[in-house]
Amino acid sequence: MKNRLLWPIVALVALLLLNLIFTPSFFALRIQDGHLYGGLVDVLKNGAPTLLIAIGMTLVIATRGIDLSVGAVAAIAAAVTCVHIGTSPDFGTALAGMAIALVLCAVLGLWNGFLVAGLGIQPIIATLVLMTAGRGIAMLVTEGQIITVNNNAYRQVGAGFVVLPVSILISLAVLGLVAFTTRKTALGMLIESVGVNPEASRLAGVKSKTIIWTVYVFAAVCAGIAGLMISSNVSAADANSNGLWIEMDAILAVVIGGTSLAGGRYSLAGTLLGSLIIQTLTTTVYTIGVAAEVTLVFKAVVVITVCLIQSPKARAALSFRKVAVAS
Amino acid sequence: MTALTTRLPSRFLPVLATVVLFVITFGVGSVRYDGFASGQVIANLFIDNAFLIVLAAGMTFVILSGGIDLSVGSVVALSTMVTAAGLRAGWPVPLVIIAVLLIGSTLGLLMGLVIHKFDIQPFIVTLAGMFLARGLCFLISVESVSIKDTTFRDVATAVIELPGGVTITYNVVIALVVVLAALFVLHRTRFGRTVYAVGGNEQSAMLMGLKTGRTKVGVYVISGFCSALAGLLFSLYMLSGYGLHAVGMELDAIAAVVIGGTLLAGGLGYVLGSLAGVLVLGTIQTLISFQGTLSSWWTKIVIGALLLVFIAVQRGMIRDRR
Repeated sequence: MKNRLLWPIVALVALLLLNLIFTPSFFALRIQDGHLYGGLVDVLKNGAPTLLIAIGMTLVIATRGIDLSVGAVAAIAAAVTCVHIGTSPDFGTALAGMAIALVLCAVLGLWNGFLVAGLGIQPIIATLVLMTAGRGIAMLVTEGQIITVNNNAYRQVGAGFVVLPVSILISLAVLGLVAFTTRKTALGMLIESVGVNPEASRLAGVKSKTIIWTVYVFAAVCAGIAGLMISSNVSAADANSNGLWIEMDAILAVVIGGTSLAGGRYSLAGTLLGSLIIQTLTTTVYTIGVAAEVTLVFKAVVVITVCLIQSPKARAALSFRKVAVAS
Repeated sequence: MTALTTRLPSRFLPVLATVVLFVITFGVGSVRYDGFASGQVIANLFIDNAFLIVLAAGMTFVILSGGIDLSVGSVVALSTMVTAAGLRAGWPVPLVIIAVLLIGSTLGLLMGLVIHKFDIQPFIVTLAGMFLARGLCFLISVESVSIKDTTFRDVATAVIELPGGVTITYNVVIALVVVLAALFVLHRTRFGRTVYAVGGNEQSAMLMGLKTGRTKVGVYVISGFCSALAGLLFSLYMLSGYGLHAVGMELDAIAAVVIGGTLLAGGLGYVLGSLAGVLVLGTIQTLISFQGTLSSWWTKIVIGALLLVFIAVQRGMIRDRR
């Protein structure tokens, strides 16, 4: 376990050190109006939606699945909530809007689960359907407009503070909940067994299909909450850009964290590290003053490096060379 | 005898279904709108989707081998950027073309090597390739760069007149040549048959003594080359280079291949199916623009629904085979 998390930790520490060199003020924390401010807090706040989606994605990937539709689901959640709230400043309306959106997300998750577990379609393709159609649905809801809202209760989800940003508190709470329910009960092991071999698990008495349905519903609800965070942070829903490519970031976070795409084992701590690495990378590029778009190049380099280091074949090649040098 | 008659239709069924779908969608358009069933509308289908045809042809190789290439849209963008920036710097057109094709093929080669040598999932490797190519675009320029080179513009605006007053561009000719070449390689060369074998069952292919490694790397080189070529066609079509060109085009290409009846697990499918898939996507877009009152997002919803139908059909086919 330690071994698997070693390299992600090294990468994160290296990134933070890089920040320390370029912008010493990065680590400065200050308290203002009872809120914590600073570079690290920004990383946590901006990384919250990715972390939340990555948690859901971790469980999906553990069952040897993948969910490409989370970005589109996030956009739908944002669109539905903002359209429901409209011009109302009420607390109740915001709550109702969010509840409707999350129920809808659960239904979308059921749909994914139905395609994967019910019809037995490859996850990557099954969720591609909703990834393509979902953004169209979100635009249908907003009629192609950017919906702005002015609702203080809704704003709290993404932009609020209780010492720390509310969004990261939500993500960490979900992480804690998932860690508890999957690691302190047999659920985590069952999920992993489905990832290793769904048919064998079924024969061993595990309800494989129910577990697969559950993880897709959970991933969709996580995506929905993340969509709320993203849109609430700017008090607007943009069906085109909300959650765009967040599925890719989330998958990267999971993979960097050492969870294999082949399923069968997962690491929630790894996912947390992976999300932090991705967000720190993005923030670092901003603070160093390189054009924001170039972040993509760095992301590509980090992904390939971490994947190579974790790949058994690459390791074997590396250790072979070491042995050769030693002898 | 019975084995032959029952096997042939089931192999060609998805492609046939796509062609029928194309005829139906086109038929619906012809009945409902005046001027829809004209030669020029069909020609425009090819003109507006030439780059997608080339992309889908390359993607067909990768998916047939059981892989996937998410980087194609970004490589298209990078190619438009290199073309525009190269021409702006005064490079001669042939040099630009060679540079673009080399960059695309090299990216494909690198991704293929990483996938094969280190056994990392194609999904993740090509995802990194997607980020890398798009990031490189912005390293060249964050702004859109327009193409002012006269030779390039002449080729872009030149039209070929077909009998009946229908005109096409050189893009269409290139796209069709690519499809023919892909057909030849897949069905008339050893490499092509190995692609099918690797997609069908990599282990068996290796035990049969086929060069699986070379083939697996080769399909990504082909896809990279096709993406670069599609990028050139796209620069001819848009006459500009921009890092935000072709966002999400990899999904269109994958959708076209799937709608064209290629099995995503690999081993079964045809380039002509992918061509039909692109034409179906193009017809839906044309239909929606002829309709006028339907908004553009309906395209996405319809494509999603079509994907679903075709995946369900494929699923049924696999069950039948078993």
